[in-house]
This record gives sequence, structure tokens and C-alpha cells, in this order.
Amino acid sequence: MSAVDSPVERVARPRPEAGPERAVWDAAATVTDPEVPVLTIEDLGVLRGVRIVDGSPVVDITPTYSGCPAVDAIRDDIVAVLRERGFPGARVDVVLSPAWTTDWMSDAGRRKLMEHGIAPPGRRAGGVVALGLGVRCPRCGSLHTRELARFGSTSCKALYVCQRCREPFDHFKEH
Amino acid sequence: MQNQHQSPSAVLTPEAIAARVAPQDSPARATDDVARYALGLGDDALVLAQRLGSWIAAAPELEEDVALGNIALDTLGHARGLLTYAGSAWDQTEDDLAYFRDEADFRCRQIFERPNGDFACTIARQLVVSAYFTVLYRRLADSADPTLAAIAAKAVKEVEYHLDHATLWTVRLALGTEESRRRMIAGLEAIWPFVDELFAADPAADAVPAAAVAPAGLREPFDALLLPVLDQAELPVPGIAAVRGGGRLGVHSEALGPLLAEMQVLARRHPGAVW
Repeated sequence: MSAVDSPVERVARPRPEAGPERAVWDAAATVTDPEVPVLTIEDLGVLRGVRIVDGSPVVDITPTYSGCPAVDAIRDDIVAVLRERGFPGARVDVVLSPAWTTDWMSDAGRRKLMEHGIAPPGRRAGGVVALGLGVRCPRCGSLHTRELARFGSTSCKALYVCQRCREPFDHFKEH
Repeated sequence: MQNQHQSPSAVLTPEAIAARVAPQDSPARATDDVARYALGLGDDALVLAQRLGSWIAAAPELEEDVALGNIALDTLGHARGLLTYAGSAWDQTEDDLAYFRDEADFRCRQIFERPNGDFACTIARQLVVSAYFTVLYRRLADSADPTLAAIAAKAVKEVEYHLDHATLWTVRLALGTEESRRRMIAGLEAIWPFVDELFAADPAADAVPAAAVAPAGLREPFDALLLPVLDQAELPVPGIAAVRGGGRLGVHSEALGPLLAEMQVLARRHPGAVW
């Protein structure tokens, strides 16, 4: 979770202030991405909102990419976690708008990715770091890296190799 | 994941089932007219995804297995959104539409059903359809229909990346060896007769002008994206006449039937199977 209360943060993580919605949010926020298990769906900005409809929680999530196969697993995990925490009968809705962007990934999420050996995405807009500076090797920290393949092990990643330490690594693409 | 927890359907209470049957705030149902338009776009994406998927484990290099597989997955995602929305008008699921319609009921333009050919032919098809999808989804993102607009706004970022991929390969093959250039030219010539149909009239689009994108208006921005790539690759624009087309009316080439047979056989042999 990022403590920064920036405009991007408010869009990326529309966390309810209090009440049962907040309790449902906090429970759903513990669910991780099955393909990148160091990241929670809250870190990713995939958790989009929580409502209580006729006494039952409704959780909105958004896919990273249109065909992301992790959505079904995330949906099951949210329902299961909420049931364990005393919110049975939860429904998970998939919302497409606004379209997900890597700009919604939290600072904590970016750090966790780097520690996990995946180069985090740069900022697309509004940040201090402009695109095109290169991708930093998560192992040795060198910026002397090159793209090996534009598509990687999942939709959201590309394959890079470090020219200094020679190690290949995944890069979470700016999207 | 699914083995660790009960599936959502296993925890449904009667109230939750009722909410699913008559959802109060779930995505909007398409009107019949808009659904017909969405069906054509969904079929384009579905059939292309099926074609691309068969490159997995057959591409010239491992990275391209992964690339074409990922592009197929994105495209399938667009198809799922569009077909789910189309089906909402007729109480049908995405699977009903994908697996239980016959060839003449499919509304894809014929370019999407073209056989893969060799890698260069697939890249030629990818170059054309990615440029087309890019200009289509950029405009559809401004559709008066909020669901179509949302699907398009998400898809556009993905198809722009697919266009980059196809552009890089087109240039690389066309300016590579004599053999790669020969194949790239042959691939482009094989696909070219099916380009004009992308911009031919679509009665389903005409019926919902505020929701749909008029196909004829896409030709100019399409050319503006595609022709510079051909120029950069030093590829001549093929002077080959267009086929008659008619995909939006259910008229298809001989290529679609075998594709559907392979795609649909499992669902039809085991109706109701879930995987």
C-alpha cells in the first residue's frame, strides 16, 4: 500500500473510508495475482471497488489485459477469502472502464516486483521518470539491458537480458 | 487455485442465484441491433484468435510461440467481451455463440479466417488486421454505447502493441535475406485480396450509427498507418483485385469450416462440459 495520497493513488485504489465496505475491501485486498504472487490485487490496481447490494458484498475487479486468464482464479479467491472472513454470497463483477494501466501499480508493488526479480514498469504519464530511460536489471541494477522478446511468460511481461551480468529477466511492460 | 477453494457456484445462496438471474447492477444488456454489430466484431476476433493459437509450438522460434500465443490471448479477450455482450441480448452465453453456431451464422470478415500459411503470411495478415483493429478500436472507444466503448478503450492499447510486433517482423523479413523477402511479398499478396472487405458496408453497423463505427471511414486512417510500413519495408502495394467478400452476411471461404470444426468439436461432443 502506498501512503501517498496523490490523484493517481485515489483512482488506483478507491478504498472505502469505513464500514462494512472497508472490511470487505481489506479482505479482498489480501488476494494475490496467481501469476505474480508477490503482488496483491490492491498493489496492481486490479481491485476497483466494493459495494454492499442487498446485504451481500459485490467486489469490482478489472483485468490487466483483455484476455488475462488470471481473472477467473482471482474471482474464486476473492469469493473464498470473503467467505472465510464472514461475508458469504459475495459476487465479483468484472469492469472494463476505466482501462487498467501500470500507472496504478503501487510503489510497494514496484519494490516487491524488483525484489522478486521482475523489472517493474516505468511511469507512462505524470511521473518524474520519463519513459525511454531503459529498464534496470533487477539483479545487478545495471541500466545496460536490452529487450530480447516483446512478449514474455504472461501478457503483462516482456523478456529482457542484462548486458552487464548477462542474466535474462522479466520486465512488467508499461501498459 | 480452483482446487484449494470451492468454486463460486458452490457457495451460491438462493438469493445470490436470484441476483445472477436478474442482476440489478450488472453490465447492461445489449439491444438486438447493437448485439448484431457486436457479434460481427466478436467473430472477427474469435476466429483470428483461433488461427493464431495454432502457432503455439510451431513458430520459427520459441519467442514467437510466446508472442503469437499472447496476441491470440489478447484477441480472445476482445472476442469474449464482444460475444458476451452480444449474447446478453439473446440470453446466450459467449460459449453458446462460439461453439453452437454453424458456419453460415458466423459474421467474421474473410481475412480473419485465412489460413496461417508460413510465418511471413501470418505476419502479413497480422500487419493488416492489427492496423485495422487499431483504427477501429480508437474510434469505437468514442461509441455512444458504453459497453462497446469500454471494450474498445481497453483493446486499443493491446492491438497497438500487436501492430508494433507485426511491423518489426514485416521490416525484418522484407529487408532480410532474399528468401525472407520472397516469402514476405508472397504473404502480403496472399492476404491482399481480403483487405478491401474490411471497409465494405456492414448492415449491422449501419443500423446503429451512434454505437458503431462506419467501416468505410476507416480506410483513410488505415492507409495512413499501413502504407508507411510497406514503404519502410520497401514492399510494393500488391496490385491484386479484391475478392467479393460477404463475411458480414455469412458468406465465407472454404477455410472457415475446418477451423470451426476443430474449435467446436469438444463442446459439441460433450455439451455442458466446463474447463
